[in-house]
Amino acid sequence: MTETLFIGLSLSSILLLIALGLSITYGAMGVINMAHGELVMIGAYTAVLSGIYLNLNFFLALPLAFAVSALVGMALERLVIRRLYGRIIDTLLATWGVAIVLQQLIRLEFGLSFFGIHVEGLGPGLQSMDVPSFLTQPFEIGGVPIQPYRSFIIVVTLLLTLLTWFLMYRTSMGTQVRAIMRNPQIAAACGIDVRRVSAFTFAYGSGLAGVAGVLLAGFKTVMPDMGASTVVDGFLVVVVGGVGSLLGTVLASGLLGQINGVFAILFNDILARAVVFGVVIAIILWRPRGLFSFRSR
Amino acid sequence: MTTNRRSFLKTGAAFGAALAAPSLIPGRAGAAGEIEVGVLFSQTGGLSIVEKSLADATLMAIEEINAAGGVNGMTIKPVVEDGASDPKTFNEKASKLVLRDRVPSVFACYTSASRKAVLPVFERRNNMLFYPTYYEGFECSKNVVYTGAVPNQQLSNFIPWMINTLGKKKIFIVGSNYIYPREMAKVSKILIEQNGGEWVADEYLELGHSEWGAMVSKIKASGCDAVLSNVVGDSVIAFYREFRNQGISQEDIPICATVTSEIEIAAMGAEYAAGSYTSFPYFQAIDSEENRSFIERYRAYTGNPNAVTHHAMESSYFQVYLWKQAVEAAGEASPDAIRETIGGQTFDAPNGKVMVDPENLHTYLTPRIAQWGEDGQGTIIEAYDEPVEPLPYVAYGETPENLFCTTDGLDSAKL
Repeated sequence: MTETLFIGLSLSSILLLIALGLSITYGAMGVINMAHGELVMIGAYTAVLSGIYLNLNFFLALPLAFAVSALVGMALERLVIRRLYGRIIDTLLATWGVAIVLQQLIRLEFGLSFFGIHVEGLGPGLQSMDVPSFLTQPFEIGGVPIQPYRSFIIVVTLLLTLLTWFLMYRTSMGTQVRAIMRNPQIAAACGIDVRRVSAFTFAYGSGLAGVAGVLLAGFKTVMPDMGASTVVDGFLVVVVGGVGSLLGTVLASGLLGQINGVFAILFNDILARAVVFGVVIAIILWRPRGLFSFRSR
Repeated sequence: MTTNRRSFLKTGAAFGAALAAPSLIPGRAGAAGEIEVGVLFSQTGGLSIVEKSLADATLMAIEEINAAGGVNGMTIKPVVEDGASDPKTFNEKASKLVLRDRVPSVFACYTSASRKAVLPVFERRNNMLFYPTYYEGFECSKNVVYTGAVPNQQLSNFIPWMINTLGKKKIFIVGSNYIYPREMAKVSKILIEQNGGEWVADEYLELGHSEWGAMVSKIKASGCDAVLSNVVGDSVIAFYREFRNQGISQEDIPICATVTSEIEIAAMGAEYAAGSYTSFPYFQAIDSEENRSFIERYRAYTGNPNAVTHHAMESSYFQVYLWKQAVEAAGEASPDAIRETIGGQTFDAPNGKVMVDPENLHTYLTPRIAQWGEDGQGTIIEAYDEPVEPLPYVAYGETPENLFCTTDGLDSAKL
């Protein structure tokens, strides 16, 4: 039983990790960022490449991946998304295109493969990232086996959630972000630099995706299209939780993760997935705006 | 006579083209002293990782044959097409090779899905497909030469060995959810029961599934002695990693796999697979002069000093030689002539002697079992003394004495 709950908790934390960044970009800025999965992928590749070329260990790769993904996200905001605020369907198409471009950049090794140059760690193949051995050796506490790597993910997710909460609700920047979420025009009228704040918010959400990428790289496969499947899970959580609600995102990932875990253990993963989708559909029908949402805009 | 027919076809085609639209310009099969062959693998898309290596091995064999004087004094000219990891594209490109380029044979396909997609093209146009991958069997075509292993060549020594030598009686079967793992499971169950073992579960996960937490704790809770894994692709990596992260040692519950090759081992990190087993006819670790030279030549050819060799890729290589011998024996390169002479061709491949079965056009191969080490290489711990006869219908009761697929085609009454 504890093991089932642990697997559910672990699934929840991975969902939350992906959805956290997305809930900020989608929730706060009304951008359907289909390239979110690719920012996760970039984080994973940052970990792989920094391991090969800089000999950085896994823990140092976390802040580095945050920085790299945040920079890519900022560039994305400057070049594409900035021109599309308020046009939600257009952002979906544009960021989807960006996602494909990012995937191909990795797959074609930034175009170098056309010239016969092979960069180790890039290309269409599968990559692997080393995980420190003490994170792969399970141990027992009171007869309950603990998986250190999954526990580590849970802890990091918890810290990132607290950090995000602090930034959003306890800093003046966060107040500005929340003001923009409610009503960008009035926020601008009150003297908030909407463009600057939006750029930073987007970069922060992207950076969170990068951290998620490093953690996923430790037990999933690193390859150019790894992001595509994660972004769907992320959107499920955000939609169920309610757009723009941090608490909703946390609870939704907890709920969906546990449902997935319990059904996967009792029956199988394929059925569990179907049940999760069923629950999501039911919740959206019952509360179209998600579990927690505020009326505004 | 041959030349007459060939030139007649060519003139006829050219004539037809002149009448029809200019887009119907017939194949480039022009120059004298050249034989064109099709090479159709995915150069792009998700499967390109593996399929590129198959294409490379094919092209390397062609280059070697040309350097040694070609076939019947003619050079082989590969027409390379990209299947783009998409069965529909495979079908279109196969049609293009067969109809427009008029090649007498095509070396193609990695997945069963792509093979099934191109099969009608080869059967309707009576052309020859050379298919290098291990696959699930249950196919009998006069237009395909299969040079990879079928289930009996991967499992017939593997399962008795698991039960009798390793002493693992309770077996948990797990696979990706599509035809190959399901057919492999069918054959496995027959063999497990014959050898006095017991299968405790038969579970599947979607292709590409990467969340193995629940499945691995089920394996742990099932009380099994060993896992028989037919998991394919990138799921393999997540599976082995989760296995170790949950603290199951390969000593207690070894993973015995039919698909995990050098490629997946390299991608997951060798320490995760150390101690597990795989059954294949070919491993990079085969200790023979032929194989060492093969690996060296392949690395030189691809310009990658760390390039990995694996089973389907080795088959891609030696099947070109089998094709060459068949063309030489026939004296001409037409699909009918190649079909006549390919049966019974033998070749000293990197994995040892191989022979095309004249009855079902599958290939005799030597099953081997390897245990993976910390360095990502296998150690071969068990091998058949000689190549084993291919039985594509073994899951349905086919035996060497009672063949289902013969030169007369499939005897469907026996199914």
